[in-house]
Amino acid sequence: MSTIKVSIVSSSEEIYSGEGTMVFATGSLGEIGIAPGHTPLLTGLAPGPVRVQNGDDEQTFFCSGGFIEIQPDIVTFLSDRAERADSMDEAEAIKAQEQAEKNMHDQESTLDYTKAAAQLAEAAARIKTIQKLRKNK
Amino acid sequence: MANTKEVRKQIASIKSTQKITAAMEMVAASKIRKTQSEMQLGRPYSEKIKEVISHIATSSSEYSHPFYENREAKKACFIVVSSDKGLCGGLNINLFKNVIQKAAELNNQGVESSFALIGVKAANFFKAVGGNVVANVQKLGDKPDPDMLIGLTKTVLDLHKDNEIDQVYICSNKFVNTMTQQPGVQQLIPLPAIEDDGLTSTHWDYIYEPEAKELLEGLMTRYIESLIYHAVVENNACEQAAKMLAMKNATENAGDLIKELELLYNNVRQAAITQELSEIVGGAAAV
Repeated sequence: MSTIKVSIVSSSEEIYSGEGTMVFATGSLGEIGIAPGHTPLLTGLAPGPVRVQNGDDEQTFFCSGGFIEIQPDIVTFLSDRAERADSMDEAEAIKAQEQAEKNMHDQESTLDYTKAAAQLAEAAARIKTIQKLRKNK
Repeated sequence: MANTKEVRKQIASIKSTQKITAAMEMVAASKIRKTQSEMQLGRPYSEKIKEVISHIATSSSEYSHPFYENREAKKACFIVVSSDKGLCGGLNINLFKNVIQKAAELNNQGVESSFALIGVKAANFFKAVGGNVVANVQKLGDKPDPDMLIGLTKTVLDLHKDNEIDQVYICSNKFVNTMTQQPGVQQLIPLPAIEDDGLTSTHWDYIYEPEAKELLEGLMTRYIESLIYHAVVENNACEQAAKMLAMKNATENAGDLIKELELLYNNVRQAAITQELSEIVGGAAAV
């Protein structure tokens, strides 16, 4: 079976580097599936889960915003922050979401609206990732 | 001739200084490991983004980004990365020397220079020397937060966008090993040409989602940010290494000084005893 080289890096560390037969991610214009031999594509990366399948083995990662670069034999995720989904804490994520929601509605808050909206989107994506991961188990 | 009490006081004061420098050496030694590992953790990202940028450079894109554009150089901006604290030998001053030299070189070609400064030491230096400072960030600490650098990067890139500056350089120390740090000035914008890796020969382009302009704008900004962040992290490792070395030398010098002073102390004491004895003998003979 042909494979594609996958690397997921965040600005502070390398999260994953290896082969995959199929990769799923959330691009800025919607979900994309990447198979080996994909045409060169450059797109934004929206906060959400990134699933790397290698045969029967599947691993899930969480990436916040960034970029995806796809070459026929390489796919690179440049994420601002990324982590292994199974090391994420749901309680923490829910707390972050609540905080982000509060920031959105709080007129007094010094945070501007766009920043708060981005925080909320990230927190929501985080929770979605965790829930998806749990369902698959 | 110095009296014994004075010499003894001096020895005591140098000894306490030596204790401090020895402690600082140990602190720096333990911090080196941390800063070095942080430097290594950040490396994959900068390598990957560089790869992506070089792929983009070889693609025949319909949109050419302004960072690749070779404008006629009239104004240059130096991003100078320095440490916040001193006591690290010639680390900062060697870097500033390089910056001044490069700025003078450009000045001879009719290029004006401005500076964006990171770290307390650079701010103090350019305040004393003079120079057009466009941005300044200080006190990033041992674990620099990329968010703190965004403001500075944005200021510089906006100036570039408005044609206020044509070239951007980053000046920082490169970490060679614990004993050697190499100050360097590297050109950021226009992006230096990237060596051919065989992709240029064929005509190809990405599919961009959404627009090429928007995407490349974001990606290029992120690239510059990552380069600056990496320079800061690397400079941090350099600072700790240089500090360890400087403190080690200081501790050794203090040791030498103490040895010399102890010799002097013994001389003075012996001289005093000899004099007293000869006075007693002289006195006895007179009687």
